[in-house]
Amino acid sequence: MNRLTAPLIAVLLGSAATPALAQELTLGLKSEATSMDPQFHQLSTNIQVLKNIFEALTTQDAVQKVTPGLAESWEALDDTTWRFKLKQGVKFHNGSDFTARDVIYSFCRVPLVENSPSAYTIFTGGIADMQAEDDHTLTITTTATNPLLPTDLWSLAIVSADALGAEDEVTYAPEGNCEGMGEVPQAPAFNSPDIAVGTGPYKLDNYTRGSELVVTRFEDYWGGTPDWERVVMRPITSDGPRVAALLAGDVDMIESPPIQDIPRIEEAGFSVVDALSNRIIYLHMQQTDDPPGIEGADGNPLLDPRVREAISISINREAITERIMGGYAQAAGELLPPPMFGTSGREVDPYDPERAKELLAEAGYPDGFSITLGTPNDRYINDEQVAQAVAQMMAQIGIQTNVDASTASQFFSRRNALEFPIYMAGWGASSGDMSSPLKSLVATYDEAAGMGPTNAGRYSNPEMDALLLEAMATIDDAERDRMLQEAETMVLDDFGIIPLHYEQTVWAMKPELSYEPRVDQYTMASEVKPAE
Amino acid sequence: MIVYLLRRLGQSLLAVIAMAVLVFIGVFFIGNPVDVLINPEATQADIAATTERLGLDKPLYQQFGIFLSNAVQGDLGTSFVYGRPALDIILERLPATMELAFVALLLSVGIGVPLGVWAGMRPNGVAGRTIMAGSILGFSLPNFWQGMLLILVFAVLLGWLPAGGRGETTEFLGMQVSFLTWDGLSHLILPAVNLALFKMSLIIRLARANTREVALQDYIKFARAKGLSGRRVVLVHILKNIMIPVVTIIGLELGSMVAFAIVTETVFAWPGMGKLLIDSINLLDRPVIVAYLMLTVLIIVTINFVVDVIYSLLDPRIRLSEMKG
Repeated sequence: MNRLTAPLIAVLLGSAATPALAQELTLGLKSEATSMDPQFHQLSTNIQVLKNIFEALTTQDAVQKVTPGLAESWEALDDTTWRFKLKQGVKFHNGSDFTARDVIYSFCRVPLVENSPSAYTIFTGGIADMQAEDDHTLTITTTATNPLLPTDLWSLAIVSADALGAEDEVTYAPEGNCEGMGEVPQAPAFNSPDIAVGTGPYKLDNYTRGSELVVTRFEDYWGGTPDWERVVMRPITSDGPRVAALLAGDVDMIESPPIQDIPRIEEAGFSVVDALSNRIIYLHMQQTDDPPGIEGADGNPLLDPRVREAISISINREAITERIMGGYAQAAGELLPPPMFGTSGREVDPYDPERAKELLAEAGYPDGFSITLGTPNDRYINDEQVAQAVAQMMAQIGIQTNVDASTASQFFSRRNALEFPIYMAGWGASSGDMSSPLKSLVATYDEAAGMGPTNAGRYSNPEMDALLLEAMATIDDAERDRMLQEAETMVLDDFGIIPLHYEQTVWAMKPELSYEPRVDQYTMASEVKPAE
Repeated sequence: MIVYLLRRLGQSLLAVIAMAVLVFIGVFFIGNPVDVLINPEATQADIAATTERLGLDKPLYQQFGIFLSNAVQGDLGTSFVYGRPALDIILERLPATMELAFVALLLSVGIGVPLGVWAGMRPNGVAGRTIMAGSILGFSLPNFWQGMLLILVFAVLLGWLPAGGRGETTEFLGMQVSFLTWDGLSHLILPAVNLALFKMSLIIRLARANTREVALQDYIKFARAKGLSGRRVVLVHILKNIMIPVVTIIGLELGSMVAFAIVTETVFAWPGMGKLLIDSINLLDRPVIVAYLMLTVLIIVTINFVVDVIYSLLDPRIRLSEMKG
């Protein structure tokens, strides 16, 4: 009935957009925020929702370029000292003014948040001191050179010192030893709109766990009046019901519809937008002396770069992106899609099975060997099908490959326990910077230094490590960009890791809406606009 | 009688403890929660700190010991994901599931009994055969598929009802409920029907079989011979007698309905306990999974216990035979 009468009424009124739509927006999200406390759980699901309510000193635009947020400008005074100029005239939802005290309070609170499943302290741990020169000037001293400080600050939500009961004077000290914090409210308190006070475009109205989160327009928002008076965000975790909710008109926009449903959604008259994401799907190979799951070979063939190259050029990436990903992916030659920071525009490895066989023979495996390929089956878009295709392509050059697919929670535990000689996984660089995949995926595994935490291939290249560390301590952007490109080239020349494709993120919405797709895959209510 | 009660109570307790062991060990082996929870950019030191804080660095028997001693005091652990007591999070979702289960139960009894009696009275009529064929569909089609079909027809194609979610809720006896507003009710219909279909088929078949049996009894023949109207015979004499087994089934099935509305809740994004369980499994939120399963076990064991006690009160032969055995 709705589907027929709504356009009819619109035609009768002689206007295309119905007034009701212009005021309220309903989003169908694939997962739910675990808390309304923006400093509780560092998880994209929470961040994309809470960014409507809370802001940070910096923001990232749709392509993850760092731009001013609550700080209007910043400069590095020396290798470890930064000065931030804060915006004037910014109001919190409760009417109080935003000052440097709120920033200091917010950073101080991070280590004091209890029971956090994934703490924000990874961003505040390196902050040695903070001083307010005046209400709107702030200096931050870091313990080590950190060129990514403005990027990191995007993740640190600013809460209201007044609403949370801070004293008039808040002084910073590392590791939660600040003074003047008063009684610090914990995460559950943030279900109340009196505590969940931010400076963002929307105010918290009602949060019913499992059901919906409602936010309303903040009229005094410094960045202009938001488009929607009220935004309802509903978690619909299963793909089918989420698509059904859009088709039935229950929600105005959904994130990540399954690729196979996209033609149907378009036929029904909805618009679909997509963008390259910052997530790379890659193959990692265990480069240790004695990995499990390899048969028919002496020692570990994966230690030979010629074997790794053979695997890379045995894969027809175009076929995967076209046939399995339905065009919603792009063949990858790097660990981040160009032109993001630190990319070099490197060519995708060519598909050349003949050359691959030659390489295998040269490396001493003319008859190939057999290997187990690990993959999750519910984490990335069409992950198991992609792994199956890769296995078949590897089999064609003589490497008999069995796919071992398991649910994500199982897969990650097994992968981290080095159970797979070769595995497929994905990496989204939340900082939008090449140092993220390099540091996590291919830097030599070193627990003490915190390097290579997700390097379950145990690839190691000391030369690259040294260059990466140098880049991570270089404030000069141009210089750092060059170093990161060089470090990445070293790894890829060595076939230390094999990029497959960049995922594309898809959103589907009513034709009356428009959305500029984001590289970081976030669905931001404040960026959903009425269509022109 | 007291001996029987104590014995029955002891058996229930044993079942609960056995389940606790099984559940805890099972959950222990389904992967490391830290790998799922923590931000991938975290360093090994962050991972170690989180592991230690969640108590996951301890061996299985120690974790189980801590769990047991807390459980005895009514504390089923703190959710890894929400950082709040697991039991609170589950109980928060209980009203939504209870509401769904009760409405589904009403539907399955309210529709199932009359249809079953009808089919039993006229087993060879067209209507009777159609009802029986329909009940086979209710039995054999998978629950999630029925749900998707209901959404496709009534939400997407016809646009009569919403496809999911709970809609507007109002406060009733201190709980948030949907059935008091039109918006809430419209959200409730499809999931309730989905959940009811299987039970409805069960009740139809049960009612039909019993009706056929009872209809042949002498006292029915006598009632008819007395010249009572057909309606009175069915409503008073037949209905009364077939309700005994139906009520038994209702008692048993209510527990399983509350505990296992999982599929329906997932398909309709209904914010009940079942959906919480699925979400918790995906996030490996062990305390919530364990607490949920323990709660389910408690509910079912309690219902069975109460049913057994009532039976033994009604029919002394039951407790006597058990005492001998």
